[in-house]
Amino acid sequence: MNNFLRKFYYGDIPEDKAGGNVVSSNAKTDWPLWEIFIRSKQGLDHKHVGSLHAADAQMAIENARDVYTRRMEGVSLWVVESKYIHASNPDDAESFYEPAEDKVYRHPTFYDLPDAVKHM
Amino acid sequence: MNDQLVNYTLHLADDALILGHRNSEWCGHGPVLEQDIAITNISLDLIGQARNFYQYAAELINQLTNPQDAAHKPSNTTEDSLAYLRDNREFKNCLLVEQPNGDWAKTMVRQFFFSAYQFYLYQELEKNKYEQLAAIAEKSLKEVNYHLRWSSEWVIRLGDGTEESHKRMSSAIDELWMYTGEMFQAAGYELQAANEGTGVDPSTLKNKWEEKVREVFDEATLHYPGNVFMQTGGKEGKHTEHLGYILAELQFMQRAYPNSEW
Repeated sequence: MNNFLRKFYYGDIPEDKAGGNVVSSNAKTDWPLWEIFIRSKQGLDHKHVGSLHAADAQMAIENARDVYTRRMEGVSLWVVESKYIHASNPDDAESFYEPAEDKVYRHPTFYDLPDAVKHM
Repeated sequence: MNDQLVNYTLHLADDALILGHRNSEWCGHGPVLEQDIAITNISLDLIGQARNFYQYAAELINQLTNPQDAAHKPSNTTEDSLAYLRDNREFKNCLLVEQPNGDWAKTMVRQFFFSAYQFYLYQELEKNKYEQLAAIAEKSLKEVNYHLRWSSEWVIRLGDGTEESHKRMSSAIDELWMYTGEMFQAAGYELQAANEGTGVDPSTLKNKWEEKVREVFDEATLHYPGNVFMQTGGKEGKHTEHLGYILAELQFMQRAYPNSEW
């Protein structure tokens, strides 16, 4: 029995329309897909690095450890089952993101900084 | 510093190398990509441990066979010569680690039995009076800790899984149980090393190991086997037929093309 799992990409995850990658899978035998987030060192935030299959959260964390942290990539892992990630629809890009294009004044680059202020 | 310590170190190295080699046979054949990587990682951990022990053994051998008088031919034993140029009867690994992979269930049971053993062994070895052995044990224990956790979870997952997975686990246990007793029967060099404070008497680890196995089997709804006749001999160089095939594959390159490098 072939069902279709939708493979979601970070920041590009349609609710219903196609847009992410469609991966055929046998839902009866395939393990669910999990998105993996790694904190590369203390103080930084977790970043999305990819996805993998696992039967449960525990196995997802261990698989992520084996697949994504073998070369000292991280000090902390988050896993989220892919189906719980919702994303904006690429079709909405025009109304979502383009209006910001001509509003450069939103960048904090129009202030004169006193010399005393460092690290800005 | 003596032959016993060399033999003891080689025994530790051989256990790790042969199980590492067995696990490496899964590379590219794992049931799913993620587990293929996991078992290969464990394989590399074990081969890394073996290298550390072989390097130490080579150091000891070279010290022993290079006395000041020039009459002796200098020995240039290396980790490679120990791994690639010794014969079947010189290997001191226990029988458990040379058993064939079988299905995933059998590989998991073998890993679980051995990781549980290594887990308690290295905890004792950490206290060794030879810093080198203690340091290798300390470094390896972190890896073994993960191997034990990972393999325990597989034993539980498959034992308490479907009817089919439970059946496969039970038959894997039946096939491997007879090789578990040997781990806790001290070979001559183990006893002597233990007496001198340079090794661990494995019989002292048996209770903790049994307790751990019972605990995991209970959770996995698996039956704890009764007393059976235990196969022994591997630690003294008397192996099952499987080791010869492993060595044929492992050592082929160095035997056919001596000193080849790439």
